[in-house]
Amino acid sequence: MKSRLFFSLLLAATLAGAAEPPPVAQLKAGTLTPVMPAPELELMGSDGKPLSLANYRGKVVLLAFGFSNCGEVCPITLATLAGARRKLGTDAHGVQVVYVTVDPQRDNAAQMRKFLGSFDPDFVGGVGTIAQIETVEKKYGISVTRKVNPDGSYNIGHSSSIYMIDRAGGLRAVMPYGHPVDDFVHDLKILLRG
Amino acid sequence: MSRFPRLIVLVILAALAAATGWAGFAPIHVNSREQVFDIPQGTWARRRAGDLVEILPDHIRLTLGLNDVLLIRNHDDVPQTFGPTIMMPGQSFRLPFERAASYQFVCTAHASGQLTIEVEPEPVMPWARIRWRLREWWENHKK
Repeated sequence: MKSRLFFSLLLAATLAGAAEPPPVAQLKAGTLTPVMPAPELELMGSDGKPLSLANYRGKVVLLAFGFSNCGEVCPITLATLAGARRKLGTDAHGVQVVYVTVDPQRDNAAQMRKFLGSFDPDFVGGVGTIAQIETVEKKYGISVTRKVNPDGSYNIGHSSSIYMIDRAGGLRAVMPYGHPVDDFVHDLKILLRG
Repeated sequence: MSRFPRLIVLVILAALAAATGWAGFAPIHVNSREQVFDIPQGTWARRRAGDLVEILPDHIRLTLGLNDVLLIRNHDDVPQTFGPTIMMPGQSFRLPFERAASYQFVCTAHASGQLTIEVEPEPVMPWARIRWRLREWWENHKK
């Protein structure tokens, strides 16, 4: 009787341990605890289909924000993410990059597809109306500033971190801008194992 | 100078030399590599009421190898944006640093909305260790 109780408790403890997500303290990105569901996107994808994070359950999603006319931050971020996918080899199939525009007035699906495709044809862009984009920005705490030039054109400053969403749709980690390819590869391997 | 005062001076000099040697060569031990900041419950409400409450200093100094992990815990009832991310109520954000640099972050928990984190290299050389220990002592003394 006692041994049955002991093994039942052992089994329960093992199952409880198995249900917990793997430790994320060793990630190079900043980690969020407890893990909460990543806010959903209700946008149009650069592939012409509705864009939702639910489409990518089972994959690790790298979600970032930017715009196709960006000359400084976005090309570096996208080149880094493309480099990380190349380094992952076949494991890259388990990683989806989603890049949401912060410039809904100028970026449409075709523009984003062309821009992102120059880095990696598997990247998906997110576009939508001003209200739709602002809703997503608010959910993720994205700050966007617009500086209008004398000629009427404008430059955009924006948050440049990369959100790391696990296979189950949980917002697990945030990689600040500027980390090298190897840091992403390191963290993606951990998240892909989870 | 009589013999007794000379002996005292020698003892003081020897003690200073020993202390300097210890401060320069003894390894630095820290209890935790995490620098913890808590955003208390009611922060947003207090700020909304006009109270310019400061939770985080506008300048945080971290040292690689010693305290190079920033841990921010949001105990408030509303989401808080710390630099690269948004923290839901009850959530914490643990951000490790591996490179010495100056990092600028947006932070709604701060009245100015800005936070600078200076990450310094690990104090390996004796002079760097002495300086680190003196600064820590001074900052703890000020509290």
